[in-house]
This record gives sequence, C-alpha cells and structure tokens, in this order.
Amino acid sequence: MEYGNQSCENLLLKLQELTFAAVDLNLYLDNHPENKNALADFNAITRELNKLKKLYEAENGPLTNFGCSESKYPWEWVNDPWPWEII
Amino acid sequence: MWVYEKKLEHPVKIKSKDLQMAKFLMAQYGGPDGELGASIRYLSQRYTMPTGKTKGLLTDIGTEELAHVEMIAAMIYQLTKDASPEEMKAAGLGAHFTEHDNAIYPADANGIPWTGAYIQSIGDPITDLTEDMAAEVATVYEQQCDEYGSTRYIPPNY
Repeated sequence: MEYGNQSCENLLLKLQELTFAAVDLNLYLDNHPENKNALADFNAITRELNKLKKLYEAENGPLTNFGCSESKYPWEWVNDPWPWEII
Repeated sequence: MWVYEKKLEHPVKIKSKDLQMAKFLMAQYGGPDGELGASIRYLSQRYTMPTGKTKGLLTDIGTEELAHVEMIAAMIYQLTKDASPEEMKAAGLGAHFTEHDNAIYPADANGIPWTGAYIQSIGDPITDLTEDMAAEVATVYEQQCDEYGSTRYIPPNY
C-alpha cells in the first residue's frame, strides 16, 4: 500500500485502523496460538503498521517513548498536540 | 515495562460542550464497572494465572483497557473544556469543580473516587475469570445507550 501524498490526519486514521486490527488479532492469537491464518494476518498488518509508523513519525515526531522511536533535534516528544487535544 | 503510544486507540473529536453527558460518562471512567477498574483487575490477576495463554491474555487486555481509560478521559476533557463554574454547577458538577476544577479525576458519576475495593484478585483462576466475566457484562453500556436514546449495545458474537 502507498501512503505518499496522504495528509497527517489521514495517516493517523489509517494508523488507528491498523492498530485496531492488530489488537484484535493479538487477542485472538492469545487464545488460538496455532491458527495460521490469524498469524499470517497479524504479521502482514504488523509489517504495514511499522511502515506507516515510520512515515507518520517523519512528519509528526516520535509515536512511542523510552527507546522505541528516535527523535530529531530538539527532542520532539514534548511537542503539542497530545492525543486528547486533536479535536 | 510499558511504553506509551502518542495516539488514541480510536479518534475522539468532540466539538461541542455537553456537561450532562460528561457527568454520566464518569461511570465508565472511575465507576465500579469502568475501564480503570477493568485494567487494574486484569493487570493484578495476571501474576497468578496458571498458563502462558492466560498470563498473556490478561496482560494484553489489561493494557488495552488503559487505552480505553485514555479515550473516556479524552471524551470527558473535551466535553467539559472551557466550561464555567456556573455551567458545571448547573449540570450537577459543582462539587467536582470545587474539588478538581475542570481537571480529569477518576471518580464515578456521583463523584465517588475510584477505589481498589471495586476489584478482586484472589489467586484462583476460575474465580478471577468469573469476576472478569461479570464485570464485562454490558449492563453499564446498555444503561448509557438508553440515557441517550441511541441504539442498544449489541454484544459481539463469540
């Protein structure tokens, strides 16, 4: 999938959609670790999610703290808006 | 350990003030069957679960419930943003304003603070999972849908 010209808002929504699917598949796999179809879907969505996270972070700064994402200078983690402020 | 992801699990974009709805939503934030209770319940019970599957599942749903806590808190924040003390009082949130201003505080719709007494973690997996099922029963969701005349909550098919 290509995301080249997407707006930040669309990228965030797409991230939220993929995360939602990943959470559900993760919970399903907790109960069904041997389901190959669910595992293939989970891994495909996770690959897509990682690709999209990098694109989003290049524009908006780190999505995750504590060593999961790098930051440009100056330290971008503290930049507004925070998730509850995006109205 | 945990890491924070700087996004909500589902978008919350409420553009208009509704203090009455904010008050009712407090039930889902800091009430006995709310999201905070769910999270702490699962994250406490997981330590004494007998299998990798149950430890994994309770770790994951306890973590996801924290994302639900954040969405409910974001809704209450947006619904009460810029409300004056007079408006808070008229909506039954006068006591909330006295003690917390317009801040987010984990209490129920009556202002009773969240307490660990709402949850149990007793070390027997069947007993703990039975409590979890009771807490997940959709009564609170249904009552809130009724209050707003919206479609009744339809439980997922398992």
